[in-house]
Amino acid sequence: MRTLSAGEFTEMSATLRVKPKREIHPGDFIFSWALKILAFGMVALLALIVIFLAKGALPAIHKFGFSFLRGTDWDPVRESFGALPVIFGTVFSSFIAILLAAPLSVGVALFLNELAPNRIARIVGFLVEMLAAIPSVVYGLWGIFVLAPLLRVYVEPALGKTLGFLPLFRGAPYGLGMLAAGVILAIMIIPTIASISREIFRAIPRVQREAALGLGATRWEMMKLAVLKSSKTGIFGAVTLGLGRALGETMAVTMLIGNRAEISASLFAPGQTMASVIANEYSEATGDVHLASLILVGLSLFGVTFVINSLARLMVMRSVKRGGSQSRAR
Amino acid sequence: MMQRRFSDYIFRSYTKRRIVNRVMCGLLGVAALLAILPLINVFGYVFMQGWPELRPSFFLEIPKPVGELGGGMANALFGTGILILLGSLIGIPWGIATGMYLSEYGRGKLATCVRFSVDILASTPSIIIGLFVYAFIVMPMGHFSALAGGVALGLLMIPTIARSTEELLKLVPTHIREAGLALGLPRWKVTLRIVLMGSMKAIATGIMLAVARAAGETAPLLFTAFGNRFWARGLDQPIASLPVQIYTYAISPYDEWHRQAWTGALVLILFVFVVNMVTRVALRTSVRSAE
Repeated sequence: MRTLSAGEFTEMSATLRVKPKREIHPGDFIFSWALKILAFGMVALLALIVIFLAKGALPAIHKFGFSFLRGTDWDPVRESFGALPVIFGTVFSSFIAILLAAPLSVGVALFLNELAPNRIARIVGFLVEMLAAIPSVVYGLWGIFVLAPLLRVYVEPALGKTLGFLPLFRGAPYGLGMLAAGVILAIMIIPTIASISREIFRAIPRVQREAALGLGATRWEMMKLAVLKSSKTGIFGAVTLGLGRALGETMAVTMLIGNRAEISASLFAPGQTMASVIANEYSEATGDVHLASLILVGLSLFGVTFVINSLARLMVMRSVKRGGSQSRAR
Repeated sequence: MMQRRFSDYIFRSYTKRRIVNRVMCGLLGVAALLAILPLINVFGYVFMQGWPELRPSFFLEIPKPVGELGGGMANALFGTGILILLGSLIGIPWGIATGMYLSEYGRGKLATCVRFSVDILASTPSIIIGLFVYAFIVMPMGHFSALAGGVALGLLMIPTIARSTEELLKLVPTHIREAGLALGLPRWKVTLRIVLMGSMKAIATGIMLAVARAAGETAPLLFTAFGNRFWARGLDQPIASLPVQIYTYAISPYDEWHRQAWTGALVLILFVFVVNMVTRVALRTSVRSAE
């Protein structure tokens, strides 16, 4: 064996010290970049939506500025557009929907997760999920021919007679109006709130329930103490997600709300929501300002649902993730 | 805190607590009944009203002029098919690619951005997507078109498909990917041929659900595909679709049109439900065979 010369030695150690260069397959390079570009397209799409809506709304922004959101007058004939009536309609109808749907959905979720035997829970759970699969336009059709007559003939006169001293229940029973829109929205958001609530309840450890029962709590007390109490934030998030869906729901509401951009305190009065005014008037929007105003309403609606959905998602995520650890710490 | 709460209960009379328990549990059951009541009612009405008119002519004829009896929705059914096809061409590849990116490469800031965007797009009202396509395609083109409607449906399908694909690919165990890589396959082949193909059946059900949802969308089609009482002559022409036709007929003043709207709703609901049932059964069997 011969000894290495100094030169050979440095050369060899240099070769050894060089990290082997990781070979990237050209296919991998192309593939990962293609995926990256397509995925980034989602971000770009979101940006494009904002840009194009803003561009389309420009004439209205120029003409009305911020007073657009404060204006109470929506009058296509005189080309005077203020969004307050449609914002009011959106908030009012969604509020009715939440009021009706939130307790019902949480009740359904509790029933399915905590009370019902497995087989019944599976069937009822499937049916509730199916509520979400029915297309909005079918709800609208059913609403026009079944729900609205029902409200007009039975519910609204009865409410007017017993609670007519409140401005909320005054006025002629049309059937089509705020109440009808609120009820149909409630039906449509039940599956959203119920399924997310179920997910949140599932994140609560069994031990917690057993502890409550073991201490002698009845079933209902167990649900109240072990389930509902530790999932408050999550339920709030679920309801907010339902709200997000109600705000943007278009077809069923358009068919049922009566389509008149007015602010009225009565549940029976016709109204208009941000989504329904777009669906209703796009075809007769002849003037540039009218069209731009509709697009501006759309942009505002996008902004509102964006904020509400982001907040709701944060709340649900926190509560599903921490659901276990948080409640255990208590 | 919880202990104090418990003691509140323990000092109450047991009978009272039991009664409250009974009442509340009963109320929860009532809530469940109330929630499925609308479903049964909607179903019942759509069947009752739609069934008598469900004749071959409904599938074969185009609408008759106002006042004449008969006619069908052949053009609308065909239009919905075309729109779904166009939408699928955009939505399926893009959705799967996004889902694949999120599950296989999805780390870092870009992935967080993408995931957030997908979530936001999934909860964006469909009418906003319609407005966007209106401003993006219809206004520059100058008229409504089947193409614009297809794009709108495609964009609506992406988030649903992306999410379900991501979830399903995440279920594939890492050792399967490692086995592929150890055999010397490049990563893209492992991802496409082993990871994706292995869960293709489940992904297909996710796609079917997205398609079924898109088939019932009305709002985004109003100002993109618009509607047409005749056969569309090209993809750059307005085209009829089943949901839009149901909407137009439902708010019309004619009884004959109302009847057809119910039949249209029956066809739409049957399609949606069959897809839902089939995917459910397929998923259950594939899960079982995996076990």
